[in-house]
Amino acid sequence: MIQEFKKRWASFGIGLIWLFIILWPLLGIKPEGFEFGPTIALWSKLAVAALCIMIVYELNIRGVFDGAKKVGASLADGTQKVYSAVPQWIPILMVLAFALAFPAMTGRYGHDVACNVLIYVCLGLGLNIVVGLAGLLDLGYIAFYGVGAYTYALLSIHFQLSFWMSLPIAGSLAAIAGCIIGYPTLRMRGDYLAIVTLGFGEIVRLILNNWMELTNGPNGLSGIQRPGLSWLDPTNGFSLEHLWVKKVWMYYYVILFIAICTIIAVYRLNYSRIGRAWEAIREDETAAELMGVNTFLLKLLAYASGAVFAGFAGAFFASRMRFVSPESFTFLESAMVLAMVVLGGMGSIPGVILGALALIALPEVFREFDLYRMLVFGGVMTLMMLVRPKGIWPAKRVGRRSEEMD
Amino acid sequence: MDYFLQQLINGITLGGVYALIALGYTMVYGIIQLINFAHGEFFAAGGYMGVIIISYLAAQGVSPVLCIGLGLGLTMAYCALLAMAVEKVAYKPLRSSSRLSVLLSALGMSIFLQNGLMLTQGVYDKAYPTEMTAGGFEFGNVVLSYMQIYIVLITAGLLVALNLLVFKTRIGKAMRATAQDKIMSALVGINSNKIISLTFAIGAGLAAAAGIMVGFYYGSVNYSMGFVPGIKAFAAAVLGGIGNITGAMIGGLVIGMVEIFAAGYLSSEYKDVFAFIILIAVLYFRPTGIMGENVDDTRV
Repeated sequence: MIQEFKKRWASFGIGLIWLFIILWPLLGIKPEGFEFGPTIALWSKLAVAALCIMIVYELNIRGVFDGAKKVGASLADGTQKVYSAVPQWIPILMVLAFALAFPAMTGRYGHDVACNVLIYVCLGLGLNIVVGLAGLLDLGYIAFYGVGAYTYALLSIHFQLSFWMSLPIAGSLAAIAGCIIGYPTLRMRGDYLAIVTLGFGEIVRLILNNWMELTNGPNGLSGIQRPGLSWLDPTNGFSLEHLWVKKVWMYYYVILFIAICTIIAVYRLNYSRIGRAWEAIREDETAAELMGVNTFLLKLLAYASGAVFAGFAGAFFASRMRFVSPESFTFLESAMVLAMVVLGGMGSIPGVILGALALIALPEVFREFDLYRMLVFGGVMTLMMLVRPKGIWPAKRVGRRSEEMD
Repeated sequence: MDYFLQQLINGITLGGVYALIALGYTMVYGIIQLINFAHGEFFAAGGYMGVIIISYLAAQGVSPVLCIGLGLGLTMAYCALLAMAVEKVAYKPLRSSSRLSVLLSALGMSIFLQNGLMLTQGVYDKAYPTEMTAGGFEFGNVVLSYMQIYIVLITAGLLVALNLLVFKTRIGKAMRATAQDKIMSALVGINSNKIISLTFAIGAGLAAAAGIMVGFYYGSVNYSMGFVPGIKAFAAAVLGGIGNITGAMIGGLVIGMVEIFAAGYLSSEYKDVFAFIILIAVLYFRPTGIMGENVDDTRV
């Protein structure tokens, strides 16, 4: 016990010294000479924070919080019981009602953030099919989003095609892109797959960036049409009126509609034979193949159907911004979407929604720390893997890949 | 012909840099089967630390050769310490968890380090004192700058040193043993944690050296400069057969050459695409790389 204690604090001390050694050269060496002030200021803040965490950790080991934990556990147990006693449609209905009433409760800024969250919900759910269900780690997912966005942008600018007509085209083009990217990677697994999909994502971005005639290169495309809606207008005798979606809250309903469709589709896919086959591939590809699962077709299908939702989200993004440029489709975005899926809980639909909410809406709350946003994001990603690798709301049935058991 | 020779020289220079970065990937992958996404960030950190140390030394009136030498040594040491810290925090606790968790942890670390660099050093490029290494030889239309000679010499020196370390010393033997079988090597008394730490340190040191040289070569460094060279170096490692040190060197040279020649003769806008295409083609047709032995099926 005492030995453990000493060891912990010794490594804590070494860690702090190490941190200082790493921080000081970055902050303290100037051509004019050495500086210690800024480094010590920053370092002491970090040290105090780390010390607090260490003390809490130590007290936790000593069992100081046992009473509180018991209360918490019984509370969680109680809510769990209540939750399972209530039929499932009640919480779903409540969330839906909240989502529908949301624009009435907030201002323009709130609608903007909500639109963003819902775009990422669609993206996250699409990626969830590929990563969460089929177990294919995809780091180039944002490419399909880009394909969808550019498809709608080009169709709208050159052919004046309406948003709703373009939506299925954007989805199917993204699906084709998914098949093109998926096909050569079918033989790969794990890390190699991740790096190859990353390469594909970069290739798509570079093409968008350099194909001047089609995509206008880094300058992007502007002048994209808004979505239109047909509206029953009661003023002069109930005629069908065409209405352009102009206000942000109207955009919100459009993306809400797309997101709900996505949620239903992903849910249905998850609990269909195809979804089961994907899960089988995720858990053990060889065994699944032996049991008669056509892994080739199903993996391709996973890519394609994941890409469809990204295509939809992309088309909406293009119509929302009315401008697309390759800058919106960088690797960092892919990492962001992947982080949502993983932080929320792979394979779990409410988890992915929570993940999107956490990663898009929370940083808005801490707006003044905007500079530190990505720093915190990276740190949280690592931290989550250390403390809760299954995510906030883990899926109920997740095993481990058999090849990783050893 | 002159153009070809010039491109060849540029290709070898760039290839040497990629080889140095690729070694870190290959060694880490060889020992713990992890794609260390944060590796590109060690390269960027090396570039920054180099400019910081060298401009300090230059301001003190130290001679250029000593500046570069000291800068190189200190930067490599710094990045080694950084890599050991990263390994301790982000990879060691995850040694026994799923591959996906470690990969994501690495991704998180990469974003964290990149933004850490941005916050401490600013978003703008930092200029290297390139006048230190200005000049070169001219043969007709072909220019061979001093910096290119330095890069080739330093790279070659580091590669020879690494080879000696891995194949001639006890530490190298321990590293190879750990890469082959962690449990068995632990049974014969090798502290695998220390060896893994050391591998990270060496890999990051080499990447840091590459960072300084790229900084001198192009004249400036940027906080986000680690990502693309990182991926290209990974392509080099895969091309050479991941886990294989000689393979990584050859792969680095090949990728550097391909990039320069593609930029020179085909299209300079799409030069980055070629490295990715090679990566995909190698993984598709020959997943074990040029020099690699057969890895078991599950790794591919």
